[in-house]
Amino acid sequence: MKLTKLLTSAAVALGLAVPAFADEKTKVGFVYVGPVGDGGWTYEHNEGRLAVEEYFGDEVETVYVESVPEGPDAERVMTQMALEGADLIFTTSFGYMDPTINVAAKFPNVKFEHATGYKRADNVSTYSARFYEGRAVQGTIAGRMTKSNIVGYIGSYPIPEVIRGINSAYLHARKVNPDVQFKIIWAFTWFDPAKEADAAKVLIEQGADVILQHTDSTAPQAAAEAAGGVITFGQASDMAEFGPLPRVSSIIDNWAPYYIERTQAVIDGTWTSVDTWDGMDTGMVKIGEISDAVPADVKAEAEAMIAAIASGEYEPFTGPINKQDGSVWLADGETADDGTLAGMNFYVEGLEGTIPQ
Amino acid sequence: MLRLERRPQPSKMWSYLTPLIAVAATMIVGGLLFAALGKPPVEAIKTIFWDPLFGPFASYSRPQLLIKAGPLILIAIGLALGFKAGIWNIGAEGQYIVGAICGAAVALAFYPMDGFFIFPLMILFGGLGGFLWAMIPALLKTRFGTNEILVSLMLVYVAEQLLAAMALGPLKNPEGYGFPGSRNLQQYEAAYNAEIIAGTGMHWGVVAALISVIMAYILLGRHVLGFHIRVTGEAPRAAGFAGVHTGRLVVICLGLSGALAGLAGMFEISGPSGVVSIDFNVGYGFTAIIVAFLGRLHPLGILLAGLLLALTYIGGEMAQMTLNLPSAAIQVFQGMLLFFLLAVDFLTNYRVRIGQKEAV
Repeated sequence: MKLTKLLTSAAVALGLAVPAFADEKTKVGFVYVGPVGDGGWTYEHNEGRLAVEEYFGDEVETVYVESVPEGPDAERVMTQMALEGADLIFTTSFGYMDPTINVAAKFPNVKFEHATGYKRADNVSTYSARFYEGRAVQGTIAGRMTKSNIVGYIGSYPIPEVIRGINSAYLHARKVNPDVQFKIIWAFTWFDPAKEADAAKVLIEQGADVILQHTDSTAPQAAAEAAGGVITFGQASDMAEFGPLPRVSSIIDNWAPYYIERTQAVIDGTWTSVDTWDGMDTGMVKIGEISDAVPADVKAEAEAMIAAIASGEYEPFTGPINKQDGSVWLADGETADDGTLAGMNFYVEGLEGTIPQ
Repeated sequence: MLRLERRPQPSKMWSYLTPLIAVAATMIVGGLLFAALGKPPVEAIKTIFWDPLFGPFASYSRPQLLIKAGPLILIAIGLALGFKAGIWNIGAEGQYIVGAICGAAVALAFYPMDGFFIFPLMILFGGLGGFLWAMIPALLKTRFGTNEILVSLMLVYVAEQLLAAMALGPLKNPEGYGFPGSRNLQQYEAAYNAEIIAGTGMHWGVVAALISVIMAYILLGRHVLGFHIRVTGEAPRAAGFAGVHTGRLVVICLGLSGALAGLAGMFEISGPSGVVSIDFNVGYGFTAIIVAFLGRLHPLGILLAGLLLALTYIGGEMAQMTLNLPSAAIQVFQGMLLFFLLAVDFLTNYRVRIGQKEAV
C-alpha cells in the first residue's frame, strides 16, 4: 500500500517534471563592457547575440547587461545571471578574466566563455579572433595612402592583443612605404568617446593623415571626418556610415557563427572547455568593403592579401623581423608561434616610443 | 493664484519629507520613461526596488547591497563634513584611488609574507594616502587661496594616470604574462579584506562605514568641531566671531574626507576588487556626492541614501537582465533622483500660498 502510493506520487512527480524540463529554454547570457550602441566592439557582440536568438528561435533565451565595469561589478552581474538560470555566459572583455574565473568556480554547471583572456577552467573557455590579420591589410592600405607618412594609432590598453595589432599594421605599412612613421597614443579605456576623440585630434594635429584605432567607439571617425583629409578604418564593426571617407575599410569581428556553435554544444551536452583563436580563414575576422576613395591598384593589392591570408598562404608575422632593440625575433621565412603572439609585449624594429610599463 | 513665499525658517518637516517625495517622483517619472521605452513600468520599478531585497535571489543580492553601499557611505560621510562647512571636495575619486594604491602597495611589499600586522598597516597607509592627496588642495587653498573645487577635481585625473602607471609598472604582477594589473590580493591571505562572516557582505569596509556614520553623528551633534563646521557653513562671518580658525577647518575637513575616501579605496582594492588595475575606479567618489546630498548631509540620511543608491545599481542590473532595459535608462533614473531632490528642495525654504498677497 505504502509502496504503491510512493510509486504513484513518484510517477506524478515525474509526469509533471518531464514536460517542465522539456519546456526549459537554454538561457544564454552576455556581459558587455560598453553600450550595445557603441557602433564597434560591443555592437558586434550584440549582433552575435541577436544571431543566436534568430537561429535558435524559441529554443534559446538570451539576456545581456551592458556597460559593466571590469571588476567587482562584473562579478556581481555574472553571479546574478548564473542565479537566474543562465546555462552559458559570454563575458566579452579582457578585464572580465578574474571575475569570470571566480564566478565559474561557484557555478560548476554553468558554462562560461571569456573573450580575449588566457585563464581557462573546466567550465571556462576562451575565445578570440586574429585581429592582427586584419591589421596587415589595414597597414598596407595606410602605408600606400598616407601623404604625410604619419599614421596615428589610438591604443586602448598595452596588452598583447593591442600590441600585436600595432606591430602588424606597422610592418605592413613599412613594407609598402619605408618612410612611414607611427604615432601611438594610449587611451587606457575601451570606450570613452570624449577621450578617443581627443586622441584622434591630437594625432591629426601632429600631422597624421591616417587614424587607426583599437578603441570601441566611432568618435575617432567623427573627429577625422571633421578634420578632413584624414582616412580611418572601422574598428570591430564596419562603421560604414563614415564611408566612403574618412572610413575607407574596416576590420569586422564576426562572432555570430562561434556563438551559435557554442550554444548548440550546450544544448547537445557536448560543450567542453576550449581555446579558440580564429582568423580570416573561418570568417571570424572580416574586412569591410574597401571604399572607392582607395585607388584601384591599392585596393587590388589589399584584396590579394586578404585572399592570401584567408587561404593560409600568407602569415602576417613572417621573418625577417627584428624587435625594436634590433635583436632578431624571426629569421628569414620563419613564422611566429601562437605562444609568442599571445604574450607579445614588444614593439618591432622601427616603431618609436616605449610600451607603457 | 499661486504664489511663493520664503519661509522665515527652513521647514523641518519638509526637509525630512523632500527625499521621500523625490523618490516617489522618480518612481513615477521613471515609470513613464520605461513605459515610453515599451517596457512594463510597474514591473520595472518593482524589479529595481523590490527584487534585490525580497526577490528569489535576495539572499545573494542583499549582501551585495552592503558591498556596493559601503564605499559610497564611507566617502559621503567625509564629504558631508566639508559640504556642511562650505568646503567643496569634489575630488574624492582621486583620494579613493591614491588610498587604494597606498594600501595595495603595502600589501605587495610584504608579499608573500604572513603577518597579522599587514592588514592594519594597509588600513593606516590607505587612510594616509587619501589624506595626503587631499592635503594638496587644502594647502593650496590656505596658502594661496586657490579654489579647492577645481584643484581637487583636477587631481582626480592625475590620480588616474598614477593608477595606470602603477598597474603597468611598479605594482604589476610579475607572473601576469606581461598583462597590466597587480597580483590579486584576494589570493593573499594576510592582505585579503574578506567577509567577516561569509555570505553576509560584511567586510571591514562596511564596518568602517557604519562606524563613520556613528562617529560623524556624534561629531556633528556633540563635539565643538561639529559646531564649528555647522556655524561656518551657515554663517561664515559669525564663525569668525565664534573663534573658528577657517584655515584650520579647511585642512581638517579636506583631510578627514580624503582619509575616509582613501580608506574606502583601500578596503575595496583589498576586498571586492582585489587587483590594482587601470580601471579600478568606477566612480564611487563622484556618486558619493549624490549620496551626501540625497542624505541631506546628515549621517543617518547618508546611510539610507547610500543603501538606496546601491539598490538602484543592483536593481538596475536586474532590470537590464530580465526586461532588457538599456543601461542608459537606469542612469537617467539615478540622475532623476538627485534632480527631483533638488527640485523639491525649494519646499524646504519656500511655501506655496494660494491667493493674492495681503496688503502690508
